[in-house]
Amino acid sequence: MTEHYQLRCRECSRAWGNAPLASCEDCFSPLEVVYELDVVRRSFTPERIAQRPANIWRYAELLPVAPEDRSALPVGFTPLVESSRLGARLGSHSLYVKNDAVCFPTLSFKDRVVAVALAQARAFGFEVVACSSTGNLANAVAAQAVIHGLNAWIFVPADLEAAKVLGTTVYGARLVPIAGNYDHVNRLCAQIADRHRWGFVNVNLRPYYAEGSKTVGFEIAEQLGWRLPDNVVVPMAGGSLITKIHKAFAELAALGVVEPRPVKFFGAQASGCSPISTAVKQNQERIQPQKPVTIARSLAIGNPADGYYALRMIRSSGGWAEDASDPEIVAGIRTLAETEGIFTETAGGVTVATAQELFRQGRLRPDETTVLCITGNGLKTTDALAGEFAASPAIEPRLAAFEAYLGEVTVPVQGD
Amino acid sequence: MKITVRIPTAFRRFTGNADTLDCSVDTLPELLGQLEVRYPGLQPHLRDATGQVRPFLNIYVNEEDIRFLGGNNYRFHEGDEVTLVPSIAGGSPV
Repeated sequence: MTEHYQLRCRECSRAWGNAPLASCEDCFSPLEVVYELDVVRRSFTPERIAQRPANIWRYAELLPVAPEDRSALPVGFTPLVESSRLGARLGSHSLYVKNDAVCFPTLSFKDRVVAVALAQARAFGFEVVACSSTGNLANAVAAQAVIHGLNAWIFVPADLEAAKVLGTTVYGARLVPIAGNYDHVNRLCAQIADRHRWGFVNVNLRPYYAEGSKTVGFEIAEQLGWRLPDNVVVPMAGGSLITKIHKAFAELAALGVVEPRPVKFFGAQASGCSPISTAVKQNQERIQPQKPVTIARSLAIGNPADGYYALRMIRSSGGWAEDASDPEIVAGIRTLAETEGIFTETAGGVTVATAQELFRQGRLRPDETTVLCITGNGLKTTDALAGEFAASPAIEPRLAAFEAYLGEVTVPVQGD
Repeated sequence: MKITVRIPTAFRRFTGNADTLDCSVDTLPELLGQLEVRYPGLQPHLRDATGQVRPFLNIYVNEEDIRFLGGNNYRFHEGDEVTLVPSIAGGSPV
């Protein structure tokens, strides 16, 4: 083995080298990528990283990809926005938004995980890549498969938002709608992956794929000046992202790149699909699956693959989890747009609404530094806002008509 | 009740490569008990030390997760198809 990383079972710790594996072949538990940190340490320094291009590969030593397998796409390195106007609304003096609504190329954080997964798919010699998806992953796989010259098969719940369907098929991917929810789709994909030799990014490539999420954490730390925040608020679907941001911070601390400090992790879910936040709030040991009923379809996973680990990590960090109703999600989308000029999808509305509630409960405190992870773009879920804004009747193209119009309308004053 | 159990590739080394099994049982605990007797190697991969279904094993009846059907209390119907899927999710006890 020449790589400085390999798969290891999260439960029995057996090492498996590098291979497309869905789980430990001994005990059938999930796998995780581990790194030889002594190798990483030689070149992973803030000075060197500062000289590298502004994309996820600036953290290459902590990603399980060989240089020759990477695409040249400038994925990631999205803005960390100091959000004083949103902070004033929520009650924070030090609030940041990590804005993956503008992640390249398909406007969600899934571009990060797919960049890693498809590079490995190429390394393993797959010709077909596939995924089960609530939409954002579908878009990311479809787009990046083009760049890698791979055939993409995308399995989605049949009721997916139109923009996410279009944003998949436009790249020439094969979209297979399934008459069921995401959990049905995911189960079917596990069975297909068992029979066909395809690279399923969230089945047999999942351990690699999930590592891409760490780049959100690396970027937050670097953009804060190689410093860890006090709190992170992260939307949870399968529960992977929040655990990987934690792993990223732990790796940076282990390497001495940041000062180790306790970071509290706060998970955000939609009330209509809240298996993880419910387990946190009710102090359960295991996750009880749910049937999702929510407008936040990108978070509508009732049987979260990493829920167990997310639950444990949130608890041990001293954090908490909350969930937001559909009206609160819409209000969260509007709050972020009105205060910071960022249009996020429903998952972002969940994050903002949950953060608001956590500030109200006093679990997030005004003087601590808090980062909200905004993971997707509002243009993909415009149907969630249907009916929110009354259409104005057209006026004649004459100045007098406009003056009359001005006399009739009350200009709304938004914000603080 | 006569039911069919679909065995994933990962488990077939314990079942003599059988990919489907016919069983005559009424409930999930009975089914797991029967599988463990017939294929002792499977036992640690089905239930943990406390007798609960392992967190990383998901069990479906036809298209539905058995936890939505009542879990251990669900009574199989004639011809039900039971699918074992390891490690797609960190599940919960039934």
